[in-house]
Amino acid sequence: MFRKQECVAMLLAGGQGSRLYALTSNIAKPAVPYGGKYRIIDFPLSNCINSGIETVGVLTQYQPLELNEYIGSGMPWDLDRSGAGVHVLPPYQRNKGADWYKGTANAIYQNIAFIERYDPEYVLVLSGDHIYKMDYSKMIEAHRANNADCTIAVIEVEMEEASRFGILNCNPDGSIYEFDEKPAVPKSNLASMGIYVFNWKKMRKYLIEDEANEASENDFGKNVLPAMLNAGERMFAYRFEGYWKDVGTIDSLWEANMDILNPKVPLDLSDHEWRIYSRNAGLPPHYIADGAKVQNSSISEGCNVAGEVEFSVLFPGVTVEEGAVIYDSILMPGAHVGKNARVQYAIVAENVEIGEGAVVGERPEDMADLKDWGVAVVAKGVKVYPGATVKAKAMIDADVKGDE
Amino acid sequence: MRKTNVLGLIFPNMHEEALRDLTSIRALGSVPFAGRYRLIDFTLSNMVNAGVSKVGVVTKSNYQSLMDHLGSGKAWDLSRKNDGLYILPPFGTSDESYSGRVASLAGMEAFFSNSKEEYVVMSDCHVVANIDYSKLIEAHVASGADITVGYIKGELPRMNNTMTVQVDGTDRITDIAIVDRPEGIGQFGIGLYVLRKDLLVALVKTAVSRNQMHFERDILQRYVDELSIYGYEVTEQALVISSLASYYAANMAMLDTEKRAALFRSDRQIYTKVRDCCPAMYGLNSKVTNSLVADGAHVDGTVRNSIIFRNVKIAEGAVLENCIVMQGAVVFGGTSLDSVILDKNVLVKDQRSLKGFESFPIYIEKNSIV
Repeated sequence: MFRKQECVAMLLAGGQGSRLYALTSNIAKPAVPYGGKYRIIDFPLSNCINSGIETVGVLTQYQPLELNEYIGSGMPWDLDRSGAGVHVLPPYQRNKGADWYKGTANAIYQNIAFIERYDPEYVLVLSGDHIYKMDYSKMIEAHRANNADCTIAVIEVEMEEASRFGILNCNPDGSIYEFDEKPAVPKSNLASMGIYVFNWKKMRKYLIEDEANEASENDFGKNVLPAMLNAGERMFAYRFEGYWKDVGTIDSLWEANMDILNPKVPLDLSDHEWRIYSRNAGLPPHYIADGAKVQNSSISEGCNVAGEVEFSVLFPGVTVEEGAVIYDSILMPGAHVGKNARVQYAIVAENVEIGEGAVVGERPEDMADLKDWGVAVVAKGVKVYPGATVKAKAMIDADVKGDE
Repeated sequence: MRKTNVLGLIFPNMHEEALRDLTSIRALGSVPFAGRYRLIDFTLSNMVNAGVSKVGVVTKSNYQSLMDHLGSGKAWDLSRKNDGLYILPPFGTSDESYSGRVASLAGMEAFFSNSKEEYVVMSDCHVVANIDYSKLIEAHVASGADITVGYIKGELPRMNNTMTVQVDGTDRITDIAIVDRPEGIGQFGIGLYVLRKDLLVALVKTAVSRNQMHFERDILQRYVDELSIYGYEVTEQALVISSLASYYAANMAMLDTEKRAALFRSDRQIYTKVRDCCPAMYGLNSKVTNSLVADGAHVDGTVRNSIIFRNVKIAEGAVLENCIVMQGAVVFGGTSLDSVILDKNVLVKDQRSLKGFESFPIYIEKNSIV
């Protein structure tokens, strides 16, 4: 039996994350490692359970294997529930044919039956692209207090950056009168966070109508929300204050990782009242050897550090041999850095092997032309041979041989 | 196909007198070790890694912290519909707590009769080792022994009731002595036994009827000639915790990369309760060398040759050397600590200075403020 749920969360995890290039060539973006031991999806899933939401549908279609395996029964997030819990929802075949998820709205449309099982009052739509800690129950409370049909979470951004976002123009009572997608001249600085609360009955009606409309791209932002606004439904903005960061590009992923090292950034991962849960690697504590130097860094279990690590984030099971230096870099689970190698301003993905004396990435101050500078990326499982060089901004997805 | 025909039994309260300070508030099995583990994790993981899927934890006293640690057994994959983890607190109405292993086994008749398994592997928690129990079980079956006793060759632990064994060329035990605080090199049992369940039940029944409550003395030693009791030499690295000094030394041994690798193997993992801490954070002026640091720790000070548990905070200006700092302890700036064991949630305020010695570490009890 399925228990009635006040709110069901639907997490859109189907995006390819193509702007993360080699990092998402074989995993879905929400499964990308972040923050020393987490994956991006740990944030919305932990927010759900911490907000009292016990039913989450995760909509996947791009490279779902690792994400499916990671979510498993939902046990790490306490979402292994009978008659509730986390469910992975890939597109499926029906007697009248099969479709991929055509758009965000279509992905939910195809899973109307899943939502109906729980007979919810509200449906919360989330994305797997952002790092933030948010109490969704407060947003739902505001939604209820406003007697709204749809509530959209917004965050204040710098006015000069507002034209990069979907901007909501609101009346003084918080009701929305206009959507302005990436406006050249923004009228407000309230950017949509891609987090929506809908009254399920209303949402269902609009999803069915949207599906029937051949011209629609079946997208929430482009089609469903404007349709609701035009029809005069009660739509409100909900202001969120706190850390919220998109991790959709190499630079923003790198920056968001560096943010955890900055005590001034308001993202506290050690807050016991709002824990971020993750699937645990189950390794012993990390070891810092004699002669090692570790400063302003985050290091997780199972690491062995004999070299120098500064301003860097080391995921579980990373080895840094003696004489190696790691500056301003992110080393994902199982990466191995050989003796005297140098890694700087780089994202080194899972199980990469960097040979003795190899050099990965460059410091911006060492560049002849800053235009050529950027974070270097080495994709999962790649071997950088001893003495080899990986330039700044490089995107490496095949082994790099040394200078023979 | 990992299921075995073996039932696991763990005795987390045995040998508590050897570690009186640490066990006044907890069972020996829940004594913290190596940054994130409890002593019971090792034998429990060994059992799970050998395919044992039903394990009883025979508790006697002080077992709240142990129960909190074990939970439903999920971390060891022992939260099962069939079998899994069973906590077996004292059974009976008398106020007397168990006087020995036999008495506690006598109260478990229902647990035994509800288990289909043919064999029982029993273990104490005072030995930190990654032992391949499947080999031990195989050896027991192959030898046709009534009872197989796991033993170690080496320096005898200076603890009371140490069982030393003599074996013949086929590893059959020919003599058993039970000695208080023995010295020198020898062969000694580590509280690790394999035998048939029905034999165990019968032996316990007979012993209880004669009010003989000491398993080693009243069963093993008494029947050494009548039963075929075999030894199984444990050749894996084993750290025996027989005193505060040896507990301290066993922790410090984890700073040795080879010893750490021998305990934490990727083919036979050691499982423990997951706490969901964030990774350890190192501040701008931290200086850490030759140390083991767990997730959730926050280090801004200087740490050398130490074991730092989860959620420990070490402020800038603190200097720690040769220390064991347990979960949740906080060390302020200007402090200097050498050869000190800080139990959970200890607070060491500014400018305090404490110095113990390797063979005589200072122990500060849980929740104290220095």
